[in-house]
Amino acid sequence: MREIDCRKIADAVAELCVEANYRLGEDVLKALRNAREREVSPLGKEILDQILENAEIARQERMPLCQDTGMVVVFLELGQEVHIVGGDLYEAINEGVRKGYSEGYLRSSVVAKPFSDRVNTGDNTPAVIYTDIVSGDELRIVVLPKGGGSENMSYLAMLSPAAGRQGVIDFVVKCVDRSGANPCPPIIVGVGIGGTAEKAMLIAKKALLRPVGEPNPDPEVAELEVEILERVNELGIGPQGFGGRITALAVHVETFPCHIASLPVAVNLQCHSARHKEVTL
Amino acid sequence: MKITTPLTDEVIEKLHAGDRVTITGIIYAGRDATHKRFIEALERGEPLPFDPKGQIIYYMGPSPAPPGKPIGSAGPTTSYRMDPYTPRMLEQGLKGMIGKGNRSSKVREALRRHKAVYFAAIGGAAALIAKSIRRAEAIAYEELGTEALWRLEVEDFPAIVVNDIYGGDAYEEGKARYQTTKSR
Repeated sequence: MREIDCRKIADAVAELCVEANYRLGEDVLKALRNAREREVSPLGKEILDQILENAEIARQERMPLCQDTGMVVVFLELGQEVHIVGGDLYEAINEGVRKGYSEGYLRSSVVAKPFSDRVNTGDNTPAVIYTDIVSGDELRIVVLPKGGGSENMSYLAMLSPAAGRQGVIDFVVKCVDRSGANPCPPIIVGVGIGGTAEKAMLIAKKALLRPVGEPNPDPEVAELEVEILERVNELGIGPQGFGGRITALAVHVETFPCHIASLPVAVNLQCHSARHKEVTL
Repeated sequence: MKITTPLTDEVIEKLHAGDRVTITGIIYAGRDATHKRFIEALERGEPLPFDPKGQIIYYMGPSPAPPGKPIGSAGPTTSYRMDPYTPRMLEQGLKGMIGKGNRSSKVREALRRHKAVYFAAIGGAAALIAKSIRRAEAIAYEELGTEALWRLEVEDFPAIVVNDIYGGDAYEEGKARYQTTKSR
């Protein structure tokens, strides 16, 4: 049994919110620089230069990469041997978001009552929290501030098993095509195949947490990722949708067993401000 | 091309899809909730909180200004969400919009009819874009926080013409140039 105090959790979440919004990960920067070299469109290259310049300004001047500092999605891996003390775990997470968004000059972008008066909650809470119980005595916290623009370009299809591998590819490519400039290309395409409807969407989002361009460890899935990426980049949408060869930096596919009658395919797009930070307590 | 606000028909006639411009002068910023308030005011026969004739609206809600800076990060939000409100705003004399992402055919048709232009700013280059904003003031709907109506003083604000008054579309033209297989 190991005790972890809520105060420590809140402070950790606050710091993760701020760092995720100010400092783009090294894997993302590398992918963007690589994209800049490979992009053939002159305007596309210039746009990638500006995106890289923006990341440098954000890091140096401690400003958010994007004004949309997102709705915070938190993935917890809670060890079975952990005993949370000093408060309520989810309240501590939200307290951390509140603190980080206030102290870090981050935008409050959350409204209560989505279909009615949509009044801003003023502190960017509540966060969306997912918890996996794992073995061990640690608490791993991953914070993903997810912007609305890319999140709005989310898709789910309950394909017929007969649609098969080709059906999956065609659907994902069609989704990216439909999204055009809206998710702020160059994007990372998160794909979830299998599970139930909401499980597919969840693993599509979790797919975004992988280091950019790292292939799925299963070679069959990795091959699918490569093929989808090629097809996506043939669309010609390019950086910010002005045309080019690099529409996506990577495609990450996660899979899960599914029902004999189903082939769920979910697409969750990540914009080029691919922000996530983590800590293990 | 350097352009200043307010936008005249003379300047608008010179702009073509794909043109790179820098904008200097006053622009107004507002997004979803502010546009809803605009239309509600017009429906009630009330005046808008600003005179849109000749002006540019930037679809943007900034992050909070840190101490010593006029504004936080300030990149564009996705424009299609403002499509339902746009033809009405163009009727009021609005001459330019800055955002990102494509507009509906109805909006593009209204741009041609009312002689107005739609520009894009680089999405996500928000800290960089903020450097061209010298002053920012929430002038209406302050209770909406970031979604208030803002008056911005900008200098050399970089933008790309997406839709001109001649039917040009920078997104369509760009994609056609670089796509290598037909999307199915």
